[in-house]
Amino acid sequence: MSGKNINVSLKIWRQDGPKTVGSFAEYKISISPDASFLEMLDEINNDLESKNQIPIAFESDCREGICGTCGLVINGQPHGPIPKIATCQLHMRNFKDGDPIWIEPFRAKAFPIIKDLVVDRSGFDEILQTGGYISINTGGVPDANAIPISKDIASLAMDAAACIGCGACVAACKNASAMLFVSAKVSQYALLPQGQPERSQRVQSMVAKMDELGFGSCTNTYACEAECPKGISVTNIARMNRDYIKASVTSNSVE
Amino acid sequence: MSWFNTFFNSSIGKKLFMGITGISLILFLKFHLINNLSLFGGPEIFNTVVKNLESIKPLVRVIEVVLALIFLIHIFNGIRLWIENKKARPVKYAVNGSSKNSTIYSRTMAQTGSIIFIFLVIHLRTFWMSFNSIGVVGIEEHKYYEFVASTFLDPIYSGFYVFAMILLGLHLNHGFQSVFQTFGWTHKKYTPIINVIGTIYSIFVAIAFASIPIYFLFIQGGK
Amino acid sequence: MAVLDSKIPAGNLRDKWTNHKFNMKLVNPANKRKYDIIVVGTGLAGASAAASLGELGYNVSAFTFHDSARRAHSISAQGGINASKNYQNDGDSVYRLFYDTVKGGDFRAREANVHRLAEVSDNIIDQCVAQGVPFAREYGGLLDNRSFGGAQVSRTFYARGQTGQQLLLGAVSALNRQVGLGKVKLYTRREMLSLVLVDGVAKGILVRNLVTGEVEKHSAHAVILATGGYANVFFLSTNAMNSNATAIWRAHKKGAMFANPCFTQIHPTCLPVHGESQSKLTLMSESLRNDGRVWVSKKKNDMRAPGQIPEDERDYYLERKYPSFGNLSPRDISSRSAKEVCDEGRGVMGGDAVYLDFEDSINRLGKKAIEEKYGNLFEIYETITGENPYNVPMKIYPAPHYTMGGLWVDYNLMSNVPGLFILGEANFSDHGANRLGASALMQGLADGYFVIPYTVGDYLASQKPTLVKTDHPEFVKAESELNEQVKKLLSIKGKRTVDDFHKTLGRIMWNKVGMARNDKGLKEAIEEIRALRSEYWKDVNVVGSNGDFNQTLERAGRVADYLELGELMALDALTRNESCGGHFREEFQTEDGEAKRDDQNYTFVSAWEFINPGEWNLHKENLEYESVKLSQRSYK
Repeated sequence: MSGKNINVSLKIWRQDGPKTVGSFAEYKISISPDASFLEMLDEINNDLESKNQIPIAFESDCREGICGTCGLVINGQPHGPIPKIATCQLHMRNFKDGDPIWIEPFRAKAFPIIKDLVVDRSGFDEILQTGGYISINTGGVPDANAIPISKDIASLAMDAAACIGCGACVAACKNASAMLFVSAKVSQYALLPQGQPERSQRVQSMVAKMDELGFGSCTNTYACEAECPKGISVTNIARMNRDYIKASVTSNSVE
Repeated sequence: MSWFNTFFNSSIGKKLFMGITGISLILFLKFHLINNLSLFGGPEIFNTVVKNLESIKPLVRVIEVVLALIFLIHIFNGIRLWIENKKARPVKYAVNGSSKNSTIYSRTMAQTGSIIFIFLVIHLRTFWMSFNSIGVVGIEEHKYYEFVASTFLDPIYSGFYVFAMILLGLHLNHGFQSVFQTFGWTHKKYTPIINVIGTIYSIFVAIAFASIPIYFLFIQGGK
Repeated sequence: MAVLDSKIPAGNLRDKWTNHKFNMKLVNPANKRKYDIIVVGTGLAGASAAASLGELGYNVSAFTFHDSARRAHSISAQGGINASKNYQNDGDSVYRLFYDTVKGGDFRAREANVHRLAEVSDNIIDQCVAQGVPFAREYGGLLDNRSFGGAQVSRTFYARGQTGQQLLLGAVSALNRQVGLGKVKLYTRREMLSLVLVDGVAKGILVRNLVTGEVEKHSAHAVILATGGYANVFFLSTNAMNSNATAIWRAHKKGAMFANPCFTQIHPTCLPVHGESQSKLTLMSESLRNDGRVWVSKKKNDMRAPGQIPEDERDYYLERKYPSFGNLSPRDISSRSAKEVCDEGRGVMGGDAVYLDFEDSINRLGKKAIEEKYGNLFEIYETITGENPYNVPMKIYPAPHYTMGGLWVDYNLMSNVPGLFILGEANFSDHGANRLGASALMQGLADGYFVIPYTVGDYLASQKPTLVKTDHPEFVKAESELNEQVKKLLSIKGKRTVDDFHKTLGRIMWNKVGMARNDKGLKEAIEEIRALRSEYWKDVNVVGSNGDFNQTLERAGRVADYLELGELMALDALTRNESCGGHFREEFQTEDGEAKRDDQNYTFVSAWEFINPGEWNLHKENLEYESVKLSQRSYK
């Protein structure tokens, strides 16, 4: 597996806090190609700490590509150059010796920077809190096999539900639109029989919240799908559009 | 009607109206193109076509007003979306990686649209105003064909016309399939077909419109 | 400290939970809003508890150190969740799930708890489906199942290789709904750093706002900790980077007893270590063992590529040693066997790895079928290692993964501190000395959805609704203690980084308190950990300040706790003079190297009471087996 170390020079965005002005700082490191991208940053941080300097703030948790915590824009691409992986799954073997690497935080008005590469993505949760659920209480539900669901539909719902909520779609979109994220959740429930009772109201309240939070509009460039670590399809956006238009036009609410 | 207001001003509503107006303009372009292509039939045919349109002037006027409205909504909405979308990312990336995740024509709808708008203004001033004898530029009795032919003899005018048509083709290529996505009309079987039709249509429209100034400039003018 | 009372209800095993539910006190629906409950952690157990309690009408405050409830480490569980639905008509039942779990736990779990777990397992599946969890289905539209290690029936429900994610998103959706309705107040980016007791009763917590550094005080009528396990004490584990023991450890130091700390599970199918900069280990779902065959070369230091090693020179050691369970043998057995063959020098290229080979299955079922089942896992593997498992066998090695031990709780999931409840991996209750695959998700959700809503009501029914104010002397005292500790950590300004200490501790733990332990090693470990701890408080360098977002400071507090917890794990392992489940003492094994339990002397739960750092009192809760006959666990 392991080959010779590679040398890379990095330009990393440093910003002390939400209101301060940030800038790029330069770092150089020699690292094993088997190390992950975040392990490379760990090494830099260890080095900084041992020199009594403030380490670079960046977030990660599971480092298996499922929790959605990590997210860096690497050379202009959210989660870096390899498709369908999260930043934590990116390995240094994908970079060549001497490659310059620019690391920036996800940038969007709705994702304010907390520090360095850490951004606040709580807007996503706010959207989910307005409708990203099926309104049932614990207990008193029918048997799990009471409603058969075709394998294809379950599979499509799973495709949409695979979203890890990392925000790469927003980061990639030239309009910082959250449509892919929102549509993935809307689609999951729109596809399943359990989601039908609230289908129309759900899409309306989630879209309203999304707009309120300052995400941009979708202009169908499909950059979101290209950068999504889980390959969530833009057909979910089409489904959400359809549902939203239908709900707005046909629902009884005149509000 | 507050629900309509909400709907129209929502991100999806704005898209929808871009789509509805866009597809209407695509349909209009088709009729416009058919009329224009009659230029290839020579002065008699073209002048007759225009004269026939003259004879139903009230109807044409109504259509023109509707068309103007559609244009205005499309443009106004487009500018509004552009401004709002700029605001959604106040700090830009130092490295722009968008060429790796999207096509250039999908990202430049506002830019291509703006140039097409400039073209439109010039185009209306040259042809629409003259055909309708508004302002200083008048046309001799029913000599529409001759007017068109002489206008396109100007290489700068024709060059800009051709350039605008190329941008129109790019604009349409994204716009055509985009309408279906926005309406939610996607399907595993049909979406690829729609995309191909959209591209063919866009190329056809651009080439067909552009062929007219080229024809007059090089073939007619060369005579 | 009082003698431990497990509060197991009397009566027949099958009726205990039913009767107990009836006998518990209730809080009148109109009175529920007068009670405040704190839930720390928003994983499967925490999110499901907070949501369910909010639905009942209590005022819930939920805390997570993540930026979002959805990031909790439950999300990483891949394989599935068990339930005794018997949808496959293969002879499953509540009793069989119960029995498998008790046996899998090597007879060191409470019968009554495990039976309750098996009873509510079916409800969990119903609940999740109703929430819109997209479980895998068969062509007829009904739910699909697969089999898992330690079971001979197919009872595992799954959602591709992302079951934990889907279940967590389901629970978090229920939580989000309550947040939207205003019944749950969700505090993100808050780390619990202290438990507050008033007259010996849990009345609140202190959290650090991880963005501003401020200490925030929260009081409540009951405190629920669902903060997960402590496998990160090993530094390298499959746990997420931020998973930590601090919440339960700080509660332990305030009086909650720590039970069976040495019961740790080493997962057999993880990716081998690549080098020094490695930050964590990646788990490959155990479900892979359904179709993958584990093997090593029969020769030592065999440097041939796997394809070059002919069939008759391969040792399919699990199939050889355990013919009836084969590659699906329980986790502890599989892990230890891998260590054995690698210690013999028969690992991949003589190193620490064994092959997990899909060639036979691909030949038998076709590549497409394998791709359908494990496609995303194979992709993950290739992303990390750069090797394609369709062509080259996977390399795997065991890694710390789950901790069966945790804070001691009674049948009501309440610790020995009144008002303090512990759910999920953070408690010790259901898995005994070893947890079966696909049972962690089941336990987390059982605790959160179907146990705590009843038992917390029983507790609150006897509590007055008046709330302790956060300016109470106990809160003030806890706050100044906390500030003191933070100040100290920041003022040491030593030479070694926090991670450096953590890695050193991890190495001690892995080498001496890992898969195989012995008297000598454990004693050494205790000494080494003590020395490391005292060095830590003299030589650690925590850069930055307290007043802002400081990830080094976050880690420094956690490592300080690990340095105490590690010692207790070694002490517990040293005290338990037997081998059982995840605890293997080299002195106590059968002639053919199997774990040898000592039921005569060790059929008890060790519950450790904290006195001072490095000083504990041992309490024992004897385990009574009424339904199950203790037997030598055999998977042959």
